[in-house]
Amino acid sequence: MSDLISQNLNMIFKTPKGETVHALKDLNFTLKKGELLTVLGPSGCGKTTLLNITAGFIRPTSGKITLNNKEIDGPGVERGMVFQQGALFEWLTVAENVNFGLRMKKEDPIETQKKVDEWLEIVGLKGFGNTPTYQLSGGMQQRVALARCLINNPDLILMDEPLGALDALTREKMQSLVLKIWKETGKTIILITHSVEEALLLGERLYVMAPRPGRIHKEYNLPFASMGLKEDLREIKKNKEFSQKREEILEMIWNMEEEIMGKDN
Amino acid sequence: MLTQIITFFIFFAVIGCILYGRRLIRTEKVDAVFGNPERALGGTHWVIVGSSFLLLIWLYYSWDIAKGFYPKSANELCQVAKVNDSLLGLKYQFPIEEREFKSTSQIKKENKNLKLIQNEIQNSEELNSQQKTLLISYISKTNQLIPLLTNEDLLEIGTQQKIDDITGKINLLTENFQKSDYPFETEQELNERLKAVDEEGGWGITKVDAGSGSIENTLEVPLVPATYRGLKFHTAAQELNLISDEFFKLRNHNPQFKNKIKELKEEIKSYRKSLSDSDEVASTYAKNIVKIARRIEFASIYPPNALDKMQAAIVKFDNAQKKEQGGLRLIDIFLFPAGTIVASGPSCSEQGSGRWLPKPSDTFNKFILMSKPSVGYKDIPLLWIQMVDVSKMIGFILPDWIADILPGEYPVHTKDGIVKQNFKGGVLKIVTGDFNLFKVPVPYGHIWDSFLRVFLGLVFGILIGVPLGLFMGLNRFAKGFFDPLIELYRPVPPLAWAPLIISVLGIDNTGKVFLLFMVSLSIMIISARAGASGTQLSKIHAAHSLGASKRQILRHVIFPNSLPEILTGIRVAVGMCWGTLVAAEFLAGTTGIGFVENVAKKYFQYEVIWITIFIMGMLGLLFDITLRKIIDKTIPWRGKG
Repeated sequence: MSDLISQNLNMIFKTPKGETVHALKDLNFTLKKGELLTVLGPSGCGKTTLLNITAGFIRPTSGKITLNNKEIDGPGVERGMVFQQGALFEWLTVAENVNFGLRMKKEDPIETQKKVDEWLEIVGLKGFGNTPTYQLSGGMQQRVALARCLINNPDLILMDEPLGALDALTREKMQSLVLKIWKETGKTIILITHSVEEALLLGERLYVMAPRPGRIHKEYNLPFASMGLKEDLREIKKNKEFSQKREEILEMIWNMEEEIMGKDN
Repeated sequence: MLTQIITFFIFFAVIGCILYGRRLIRTEKVDAVFGNPERALGGTHWVIVGSSFLLLIWLYYSWDIAKGFYPKSANELCQVAKVNDSLLGLKYQFPIEEREFKSTSQIKKENKNLKLIQNEIQNSEELNSQQKTLLISYISKTNQLIPLLTNEDLLEIGTQQKIDDITGKINLLTENFQKSDYPFETEQELNERLKAVDEEGGWGITKVDAGSGSIENTLEVPLVPATYRGLKFHTAAQELNLISDEFFKLRNHNPQFKNKIKELKEEIKSYRKSLSDSDEVASTYAKNIVKIARRIEFASIYPPNALDKMQAAIVKFDNAQKKEQGGLRLIDIFLFPAGTIVASGPSCSEQGSGRWLPKPSDTFNKFILMSKPSVGYKDIPLLWIQMVDVSKMIGFILPDWIADILPGEYPVHTKDGIVKQNFKGGVLKIVTGDFNLFKVPVPYGHIWDSFLRVFLGLVFGILIGVPLGLFMGLNRFAKGFFDPLIELYRPVPPLAWAPLIISVLGIDNTGKVFLLFMVSLSIMIISARAGASGTQLSKIHAAHSLGASKRQILRHVIFPNSLPEILTGIRVAVGMCWGTLVAAEFLAGTTGIGFVENVAKKYFQYEVIWITIFIMGMLGLLFDITLRKIIDKTIPWRGKG
């Protein structure tokens, strides 16, 4: 059993003004090994909170979340994370960034070098090992971040809007890369995104979350990710079912956003 | 010689560059249409114009041009200054450069004083009416003294004769002065004079006292007349001194005046004696009236037209000596634009910019001289190398108590007077550096001392400030605990601490290094703290989820991430330390660039002051360039992350 199981997860913040914010309310879900889950929702629906709890950066107020039957109580190597802005260490070269985790564990340098070369090839950065990170483009930086996370061989990969800051073309290439890696490695992936299209394209499963309190509003099981492994992503976007789903979810999110605005006014 | 060449070179460089600049402007329109970027590369010629212009102004205002082209002009102007100095007293008697006769202004002044006292006496409440009338009568008697002096009819024949005599002497001097063979000089006198000139040296010569190895003051302007023209003025000045002495000894006292003033003095004297102790106010007034009477007695007050001939003679001489100066006057006007050479007492000195703006050639020569290790400043070279035995350094680094804590006793001499060495004694020798090893060269001198102080203060500040700052940036308790402590001392200007620290820790290196440590510490703490607390949370999270421990995150993420701030902090700290150090060396010390400047200030060694300013600027620049290179090498990612 290497599932990610969330049981009655609750997260309540207190703002400095003294208001309580119910970021997550009674979250229950199970994610099987090898599944790719995308999470979608308007701002403030608790997507990032959920990811931070899963990564172990923060502890839930109540309830628990387990991976491989082990309760998550802190950051761990078995849960790799990819951030929106790469969060690369710009004082290191590409190779040094990628092997950061292995170096911290003081693994054999020759073995490490081999792994680095392997992963750089997979993410399409072969020969960039000695390039300083600050010279890379945004898309290349995200590739490094992916490689850095994957070289540790985590059971679960958490992605916090990893493609949010990229231009449309790069974004499409990176989406294919994510799918390719998912297929080749068979990792469990949770991907948070703002883009409905991306959520539909990449998500084998899709949660639409609603805010105040943060909760799972609707759940989808989608065929597009498996299709994307064989077909061109642009072809899938032309699919009738795809457009239908996209409109449906957009409508849903629009309603939520309006509701929030109404509440505020 | 060099100055002359440089002057001409600079002059032509400026002209050439201006012509080139004009050509550039002419071609500008063509370039705008057809585009010729190479022709527009005119930046360097402005550099030449600018720096040449500055140097030319410097040469001109510091009189280096005069020194280069007319090296004897200063000496001659010194002789002229002597004449002017001698003539000054006589000139002041007449409305030549003043508005009125000295006699007139003195009469005006004393009348005013008398009126003032009269008013005071009349309004006084402490004097009775009898005293008042008496005192006022003294005042009017004093007042009546003046006409006795200014009445032409009362002028004695003897006095008139003496005035004519002095006038005749001045006229004779004027006549002689214009002759080409004035003054007469024997072969022997000539040789003696030239020898004295030789011994005295030239304009702005630097003398080095061989024994002490210290730089003495430069001789500003040689006093002994080096040229025949100079000698002419020199001799005339001496003669004029005698004449003016004679004039000032002369008193215009006729018998009537003498009787009147004697009467008045005696009257007041007896009146003051008759007064009791309680009449102190009246006594004081009487005393003041006598004082005024005395001033009138000793002032050179003459009848209005008695000195007319003498005035004419003085003006005639003045014109003659001005004419005799010839080209010297042009040099004075054009090459000494902001001052001149002034004779006062036994020396001639440069006044105006020549004093505080030393000539480039002088400054350069003195710098070369000071750079010699055997000269230096105050027996210490600016920067040199000495051979130091390594054992001395070991002895300095190892603390002496290492020997003390070893078991056993130090050797005691036997009754034969022999000291037997033992292990503990041997260790003591090592920790005190009392042994011989090989020697290594170590720099020393003023520049090295200043540099070392900044360096040590900075290193200690970095070693303690950076870890503490990082800790404060990461730990709220540490921030809360150390922040108030640092804020207690940081807002105080570092120099305000200096007197205290120097008196506690001594005027040597310890005090100054500690002061600089204080300066750099707060800067390093603040910058390291800013660096640490500015680390993006996502980077720490990323490192965390990649399996790094807290210590590893500090070492591999937070420290390198704070490096840009830390290095910027070091750059700021170097500047602050450098500034503070120089001021601290001003306050106290026996070595260092600041010390040199301070001593030079006391002796008015303007060249040395300019040299120290130059050295300090160069070192400051060197520090900054070095640090900028280091920063570019260590944190190329800055601003690109």
